[in-house]
Amino acid sequence: MSEVHRDDTHVSHYLCIGCPLGCRLEVEEEDGEIVEIRGQSCKRGEVFARQEHTDPRRVVTTTVAVDGGRWPRLPVKTAGDVPKGAVVDVCRLLHGLRLEAPVAIGQLIAADALGTGVDVVASRDLPRK
Amino acid sequence: MITPKPAHLQPRYDVVVVGGGPAGLAAAVGARESGAERVLVIDREPEAGGILQQCIHPGFGLHHFGEELTGPEYAQRAIEQTIERDVDVLSSAYVLDVAADRRLKVTSRDHGIAILDAGAVVLAMGARERTRAAIRIPGERPAGVMTAGFAQKLVNLGGLLPGRRAVILGSGDIGLIMARRLVLEGVEVEGVYELMPHANGLNRNIVQCLHDYDIPLHLSTTVVHIDGRERVERVTVAPVDDSFRPNMAQARDIPCDTLLVSIGLIPDNELAHRLGLRLDPVTTGPVVTSTMETTRDGVFACGNVVHIHDLVDYVSEESTLAGRGAGAYATGTPSVPDNVRLTPGENVRYCVPPTITTDREHTVYMRVTKPMAPCTLHLGDVYKRPLRYVFPGEMVTLKVRPRFLEGFHGGSLPVSIVPREEGGSA
Repeated sequence: MSEVHRDDTHVSHYLCIGCPLGCRLEVEEEDGEIVEIRGQSCKRGEVFARQEHTDPRRVVTTTVAVDGGRWPRLPVKTAGDVPKGAVVDVCRLLHGLRLEAPVAIGQLIAADALGTGVDVVASRDLPRK
Repeated sequence: MITPKPAHLQPRYDVVVVGGGPAGLAAAVGARESGAERVLVIDREPEAGGILQQCIHPGFGLHHFGEELTGPEYAQRAIEQTIERDVDVLSSAYVLDVAADRRLKVTSRDHGIAILDAGAVVLAMGARERTRAAIRIPGERPAGVMTAGFAQKLVNLGGLLPGRRAVILGSGDIGLIMARRLVLEGVEVEGVYELMPHANGLNRNIVQCLHDYDIPLHLSTTVVHIDGRERVERVTVAPVDDSFRPNMAQARDIPCDTLLVSIGLIPDNELAHRLGLRLDPVTTGPVVTSTMETTRDGVFACGNVVHIHDLVDYVSEESTLAGRGAGAYATGTPSVPDNVRLTPGENVRYCVPPTITTDREHTVYMRVTKPMAPCTLHLGDVYKRPLRYVFPGEMVTLKVRPRFLEGFHGGSLPVSIVPREEGGSA
């Protein structure tokens, strides 16, 4: 959520995820620069607001189809976080794959997913049926 | 590739653990650590790991393993720890009965019906999700109404989608996680509806599961009717007043084919009932001692069977303790009887364990009734600690050290959490 004020400042709103207090954070921006962060009750809130405002990132977890395994799906995760905007496309890429059991935990499933520089790996062993 | 070795069923074990989720696996490890030789874990699924196997998202293990893991990764580590310690795991099996003399009746795919004797038993069956029946939603009874955790199992283990357009009732973490999960799998999620005026799940999940995907969260709103002959065709939602009465004048129909309910967990205590264990009316789980022993000698309990946890890490910690207690009992080491009773005072719903000893350190878990910030936790007048905040959804843990209780010779200690003036002394 963000709003534009008459004096040409932008205020964006975030809910802090650092703890259950859930501080309502405001990031005020002027000419593309952050001029003030408000609403936090600790340092973590400020760090979170800055990160979410400038470069929000997420770890992606989903499943991939597997033939011949104990279960028909293998849980996978990105080995690090990827830009938030890439999450849906990374899932789409992974949902197009089809693997063969067995698979070992940590096994590379997709290298450098969508050029994010982040690998996708298996998050469990999946033995043959 | 690591899989638990198939069990060659023996007629007698030092410790039998009922349930192979994180609680049961940690209890088995604890039992081996305290000297039990033959330890058996019995689990009803085809593999151990419990609900963690379907919780494919990250957020587990920061306390217990010192890094953030997904559910399956946490499960695999817990399973590996049991394999390293020669614990037997009997999967696709079900405990039909436990008698007071710790004789178990077990049915399994590989061994049919079997009778086993145990030196000690650990109950680690976890919890069940509350269903539509628990809140009596009026309407038809079509297919397409299910708990969020069941939908999670369908999607993440079975590769099946529960429907095409879903409504979610309840803002617990499983419901929020499933909202995102369904969207990423191409299911439309119309919205999440919550009876209470506040969300139940973690803020992290509100942001990363709802806000990220523009899924609306409607507070103080509930599902008042379910329609559909074979399959859900629509649900009716309505806002509620302060006493949770729906305002039908503002009711609205939502066309959908799926309703997920995420409305809480209840300890799975059929075996506890069969054993005649004393249950705590607040937690609905068995009353336990500081070694997690129930009111039956040699029968221990841990994990969500005892009380609902919010972090699996604490389940592992508590269950290791239960396993150690069971192992000690089975090998003939008596435990020191508890001599301090912790009585819940202001803003404390319950303490687990409810009794402790003065001779060693104890971890006490408690839940509060209402949010408070900032506040102070008081253990009688022997100890106090300032807390930035407490929330009903987040368990409070307290390490009670022997030095707190020096000069205290047994009896009751009230535990309370009271408001503190900002800037005032704790």
